[in-house]
Amino acid sequence: MENTQSRRNFLKIASSLSGGLIVGFNWFSANAFEAQIINPSLENTLDFNSFLAIEKSGKVIIYSPNPEIGQGIKTAFPVIVAEELDVDWKDVIVKQANFDTKKFDRQLTGGSGAIKHSWDRLRKAGATAKYLLKEAAAQKMGVNSSELRTEKGFVIHSSGKKMSYGELAESASKIKAPEQVELKKFADYTLIGGTIKGVDNPDLLVGKPLFGIDFKREGMFHAQIQRPPAFGMKLKSFDATEAKKMPGIVNVISFGNKVAIVGKSTWEVMQARKVVKFEWEKEKNLESTEDHNRIFSDLMNKKETEVRRKDGDIEMAFRNAHKIVEAEYQCPFIPHNPMEPMNFFAHVREDGVELVGPTQNPPDAQQKVAKLLGISPDKITIELTKMGGGFGRRLNADFALEAAELSSIIKAPVKVLWSREDDMTGGIYRPAVKYRFKASLDKNGTMTGFYLKGVGMNSGNSTRQDNFPVGAVENVLIESVEHKSPITTGPWRAPITNFLASAEQSFLDEVATAAGKDPIQFRLELLEKVKSNPVGKITYEPNRFIEAIKMVAEKANWGKQKKGIYQGFSVYFSHFSYVAQIAQIEVKKGKPTLKKVFAVTDCGVVVNQSGARNQVYGAIVDGFGHAMYANLKFKDGAPEESNYDKYRLIRYNEVPEIEVHFVNNGIDPTGLGEPALPPTGGAIANAIFKATGKRLYTQPFVLADEKLESIV
Amino acid sequence: MINIFCVFSLRYYQTFPKIFMENLALKINGKSYSTDADPNTPLLWVLRDHIGLVGTKYGCGIAQCGACTVHLNGTAIRSCVLPVSSVVGMEITTVEGLSENGTHPVQQAWDELDVAQCGYCQAGQMMTASALLKNNSKPTDKEISNAMTGNICRCGTYHRIEKAVKLAAEKMK
Repeated sequence: MENTQSRRNFLKIASSLSGGLIVGFNWFSANAFEAQIINPSLENTLDFNSFLAIEKSGKVIIYSPNPEIGQGIKTAFPVIVAEELDVDWKDVIVKQANFDTKKFDRQLTGGSGAIKHSWDRLRKAGATAKYLLKEAAAQKMGVNSSELRTEKGFVIHSSGKKMSYGELAESASKIKAPEQVELKKFADYTLIGGTIKGVDNPDLLVGKPLFGIDFKREGMFHAQIQRPPAFGMKLKSFDATEAKKMPGIVNVISFGNKVAIVGKSTWEVMQARKVVKFEWEKEKNLESTEDHNRIFSDLMNKKETEVRRKDGDIEMAFRNAHKIVEAEYQCPFIPHNPMEPMNFFAHVREDGVELVGPTQNPPDAQQKVAKLLGISPDKITIELTKMGGGFGRRLNADFALEAAELSSIIKAPVKVLWSREDDMTGGIYRPAVKYRFKASLDKNGTMTGFYLKGVGMNSGNSTRQDNFPVGAVENVLIESVEHKSPITTGPWRAPITNFLASAEQSFLDEVATAAGKDPIQFRLELLEKVKSNPVGKITYEPNRFIEAIKMVAEKANWGKQKKGIYQGFSVYFSHFSYVAQIAQIEVKKGKPTLKKVFAVTDCGVVVNQSGARNQVYGAIVDGFGHAMYANLKFKDGAPEESNYDKYRLIRYNEVPEIEVHFVNNGIDPTGLGEPALPPTGGAIANAIFKATGKRLYTQPFVLADEKLESIV
Repeated sequence: MINIFCVFSLRYYQTFPKIFMENLALKINGKSYSTDADPNTPLLWVLRDHIGLVGTKYGCGIAQCGACTVHLNGTAIRSCVLPVSSVVGMEITTVEGLSENGTHPVQQAWDELDVAQCGYCQAGQMMTASALLKNNSKPTDKEISNAMTGNICRCGTYHRIEKAVKLAAEKMK
């Protein structure tokens, strides 16, 4: 970062406005960590990145920089700081930081990467502040700091004498911060690993304005935007004569291929939008779902591909095979459907741009808006609001860009709100994909060859070429082909793997069955081989895989079920975490019901049991619901489902019992927002096979008006 | 109980002819309000845009997701499809009216069990649950399921919702 050399010049600066300690810490590099005492008046210099503040009252303010979409980061981050600081959690006040490239790095929510990225940074921030407080106490008490310990906001001397952090804050602020600090050991954690409630609960549960959609600015206009009704169409003309006469409407204007209806309240804008007359014309291909099916078949047989991985000789493996197993899997386009529809507030002024709203990706919003308006990014401020879900949709800042463009045209503050129909039909979907798997087995039932071909839509590489079972098989070929579709696509919770895992784990179950082996034993044998003799590059640790698998088998009593109960197994590594699942199907009168899902997760240290468990439960419900019903079909470029009357999301009465366990092995923590989702579809499909003998190759498993029992 | 009389006159409308200014009297969370919103405006948008009570959420606009659930004379209804003119004189309760400080047993249960992930649907969930428990202090699993199935939680917090409804029922004893 800029200006690193002058940092030390600011170390001597005294106490904060409230007479407390403020610790700035370098967010950008855990290794080059450098804590400093800073004066809030210098907050806008470039000499620190982020801070926690200790007030004289003993209250500790911890800023949480990452966008909160329901993954619990706003609680988990401060928990890590507070653990090392040894402050009582009830004395911690958490504040959402605004987007600030000078103070923070990786200030986005995606890829389940925040905890992994910031683990050391957060711990060092807390530990450095604690060090300074102890040093201050040593000076005041006239003792050696080695005789001091800390507990719940106090520095305590071995004699029993103690001083509160609040009392010590001002003196601590005058001590030079160390370059290195000692961090706690896993066994010594008292807060991390506990059950800590979401910090937003008090405001959330009484309906305070927290979300982007709740934001209001005096004099702001409301707007909705009509986008082309089909992918591949563009705006030809529009007539807003009638709409402009409607009450509360201030303007109807077009930009790009869009028409914005601007007014004084949401409902008036929605009403006026209905009477605008639009004419659209074809610009690109108007694709239908049947076109996609044909494209998938054509491309699946296309010889020219991108080779993603090649180990050994796959052709030889198939020539010499005792048995070959082959299967194809397919899933449809699906929208993200966060409950809070897309929205953003923008006020483009002469001197700069103010953006407020729900985005997983403020850097993208800032860069795109800067480019659009031809201004410097530092002229754009972004206030991060709580988000009503994201699931990847809010990684694309298109809606923030729209708001800024509209504000720049009407020269007024405006909040753009997408209707549910806009949200579901407006694009950026999980793309449809088709996979072909082929495996060869020798006489002993050992997998000698593994082939995967992915045909994706706008997804680049629709495979994960370095993931299990790769590394365990001598001959591997993984390749992909891509179709460029006018339908817009983007990451959806656990991108690629949200379906790839389901397909792959179903396929491995089929291969295990063909090999005459227990599906769990089959995988364990492969992983033992990886341990002793891995083939090529791998991204996972076989021991962690094995541990999670064995634990879930034990918890679910694998292989020991009474008649009428059928279990299916699945395990997946994604976002540096390992999740093994067993789905349990009960068949009564010939009809299968999903009764229970067991999950064992190895995400290293569990920071917050409450948040972590909620993520696993939710991911399984999400994985089950979408595998079962989710299906966005297209007719001539237009989505056929636009709201929850036709598009089915899983509901309260459909969820199975779920039992969640963590390995919690003390390894540095990794992602949890996504990893529990990918294995679910496969576990259920494999249980269905056990129960009914039927393999499920296509998602959704049932039609929107059917139940799981329709499978039979 | 009418204890405060608040008049919310929308300055936006001041430029429009009198014809749009038939004020409607509303009773929300025990307070009286007057709005000059168009009588066809759904209660949801009157609450959010005109009155400034934004705890009630917009999710689908077609009474399918339950995010907009409020109480009308104690019964859970979907405010996104209910014209404001049809609720004049009735007792409207929103999440803000369960209790201002989170002391309603349903709010307490939702907090204690840390139900929310993103939290967006939870006002609607709590309004459905509190209406259920008001009329049925000991709901069976089936009755809870019937009530809560109308509310979508995209984060999938249904297991905690079930526990929270039961905990709230305990607290209300």
